[in-house]
Amino acid sequence: MSTTPHPQVRASTSAEASHSGVWVGIFAITMSFVAFTSALFVREGTSGDWAHLTLPTILYWNTLALIASSFTLEMSRRSIFVGREFRSGVERAGSGWLIVTLALGLVFVAGQLAAWSQLSAQGLYLATNPNSSFFYVLTAAHALHVLGGILAMAWLVRLRLGRLTTMRRRTFESTAIYWHFMGALWIYLLIILRTKL
Amino acid sequence: MDQPSVQPAPVHAPPQGFLWKYVFSLDHKTIGKQYYGLALVAVFIGMGLSWLMRFHLVWPNKAIPGLELISKVGAPGGVITPEYYLSLLTMHGTLMVFFVLTNAPFAAFGNYFLPIQIGAEDMAFPRFNMMSFWVTFSAFLVLVLAFFIPDGPPISGWTAYAPMSAVGSDAGPGLGWGQNLWAISIALFCAGSLLGALNFIATTIDLRAKGMTFMRMPICTWAWFITSCIALLAFAVLLPACILLILDRTAGTSFFIPSGLVVSDKLQPHSGGSPLLWQHLFWFFGHPEVYIAILPAAGIVSHILINSMRKPLLSAKVIIYSMMSIGFLSYMVWGHHMFLSGMNPVSALAFSFPTLTITIPATLLTLIWIGSLYGANLRLDAASLFALGFISMFVTGGVSGFFLAQPSLDIYLHGTYFVVGHFHMVMGVAAIFGVFSATYFWFGKMTGHMMNETLGRLHFWFTFIGTYCIFMPFHYLGLVGNIRRYSSFVDDFMGPLMPLHKFITIAALITGASQFIFLFNLIYSRFKGPKAPDNPWQATSLEWTVSSPPPWNNFGDKHPIVYHDPYQYGVKGSKGDYIMQDSPEQSTGSA
Repeated sequence: MSTTPHPQVRASTSAEASHSGVWVGIFAITMSFVAFTSALFVREGTSGDWAHLTLPTILYWNTLALIASSFTLEMSRRSIFVGREFRSGVERAGSGWLIVTLALGLVFVAGQLAAWSQLSAQGLYLATNPNSSFFYVLTAAHALHVLGGILAMAWLVRLRLGRLTTMRRRTFESTAIYWHFMGALWIYLLIILRTKL
Repeated sequence: MDQPSVQPAPVHAPPQGFLWKYVFSLDHKTIGKQYYGLALVAVFIGMGLSWLMRFHLVWPNKAIPGLELISKVGAPGGVITPEYYLSLLTMHGTLMVFFVLTNAPFAAFGNYFLPIQIGAEDMAFPRFNMMSFWVTFSAFLVLVLAFFIPDGPPISGWTAYAPMSAVGSDAGPGLGWGQNLWAISIALFCAGSLLGALNFIATTIDLRAKGMTFMRMPICTWAWFITSCIALLAFAVLLPACILLILDRTAGTSFFIPSGLVVSDKLQPHSGGSPLLWQHLFWFFGHPEVYIAILPAAGIVSHILINSMRKPLLSAKVIIYSMMSIGFLSYMVWGHHMFLSGMNPVSALAFSFPTLTITIPATLLTLIWIGSLYGANLRLDAASLFALGFISMFVTGGVSGFFLAQPSLDIYLHGTYFVVGHFHMVMGVAAIFGVFSATYFWFGKMTGHMMNETLGRLHFWFTFIGTYCIFMPFHYLGLVGNIRRYSSFVDDFMGPLMPLHKFITIAALITGASQFIFLFNLIYSRFKGPKAPDNPWQATSLEWTVSSPPPWNNFGDKHPIVYHDPYQYGVKGSKGDYIMQDSPEQSTGSA
């Protein structure tokens, strides 16, 4: 047994921990959607009432908005950081791209709401058939998580525009990881919705 | 003590004012105590419910004074109806499994001691931590509310099998708003537990003090860490299940309700759902939940026994790896709860095999505990007595698991008291013994006052003998075919078993009453107990390096540096036969 302190372990703050926190959170969210998806597969195989549902076209535009928001977030990162360090001298650089990201996130959620109203205009409600049930459940669960990301993004904008506050690199990175994960999760869900419903 | 070169910023400011200090506290220690308090309230309610059930089983026509005040419909004239018996059973199971067995060993003690044991100032996300408690507390209020609505609590059991739990009030009393409250409560509980588990994991990964490598963490810290990984996966599945259940109940969807279901002469307006889907989702959570209750207790007991024996375990690594394998295997065995669901015998075998495999790491745990105890000069106090009691219950309850893991035997035993005896021993009583052991061990650190030893030992003997008197006969009742979940047996073929049932009821009343010794000890010692020294047990881990109770930021303005593994007992140090984790000194030989 060694009696010298381990060199690689160091004290760190909550912001440092946000990185692990966000990955652990992603793991839990993935598990929840795995549960939803397996429920969908079991339900599809249970009885003969599985119907086909044409996805509203607006979903594809929403997808584009969400993918674009990941790019604008990366543009923001490039304005704020050089590699792992802050870019010096440009205190509010990257705020514009952050605001665009936030706006695209809101566009996505608004678009999802529009998709819901299109479906309900066709007479497809939550309880109409198992397909529509899963459509609403999966998209609503995802949209709620995106709203969480939008709140985090708004927080970043506030940190960036506020005079007295500073933004930690880890806070930005953790939000970015979560935001990109929301995009990846949506693409997975879109494939499931497209092929299964 | 040396200071590390980089000083991390404080996690939060010192609390000011009553509200922020004691109610909406960010301090993990206060939150840990809040979880403990909640579990304490829940366990006494749960125990009261089991008294009512045991009383009714043997004196089904006798009135229970005052019960009518709680439910006029469920207990007209104070006599429990068969339906109300099921309501009590549901609430007993739900309160005990969620609000006691998850909250006490994991959330309460984990919150209090995990950050201190790894040398952190607080949890990684103190605000999430506060939220997780208050969400859990709301879940408790929502559940208990079910007692006071006209319909009463649900009758579908703590497992809430669909379609009974999904169709609504047509299926029986308590299945209207009572079941809604149940589902909302459990969904909230899942959210709170997920936040808690996330915090535990991030804290363990990132906030360890300098020198605190993973293998230098105490075994109980490992247990809480592994448990939070299990809880993260388990509650992440139960939450979607509860959401789907709530939608079936309130929005008219058909996830769990099949076509053509007629309940109380009414055709249900649902079609095509799968009742088995609920069972799969529920037990995918439900089996790991057993380990969420038992692993923290196993970790706590290891930690306390090492201190009482004054020597390390034969192998701490084997304990840690066994707990990991138990956690891993717990996700492959959920089907053994569903042997009677019409499952293909091949699938049953596929679930039976990993179930039996779990006995290997579980046996390793037991062998290491018992092997380490062999020849040890054990300090026999309330904490170590309950630790030994834990091992006893774990083995007794585990052995009956061998039988139930085999589909051919389970088909006979599943619906009987054998199963009730099995899970009460291995999950319920064993985990509670871990909690008692932890309470007697850490009370001084948590409150600054020591508990009374004599009352502690008295409490142990009553509880130890009492629980065996209650739950051992359950196995016998099950073998002779005594069906579970029935509210009385006086008029049928089970009539001759009544004397045994009476014995169990009397044992339950006495054992339950003896818990008031513990409650008295807890309250009395909190105010009048002798002052606790910083390190009353001459223990080595970091929680004993700080005052009792610790300051709000745990280590004052210092940052501990760790030099040793957590169990340097039986060595020659400057203070005696032990060297503390943060002491740079080297052992000079065996004590």
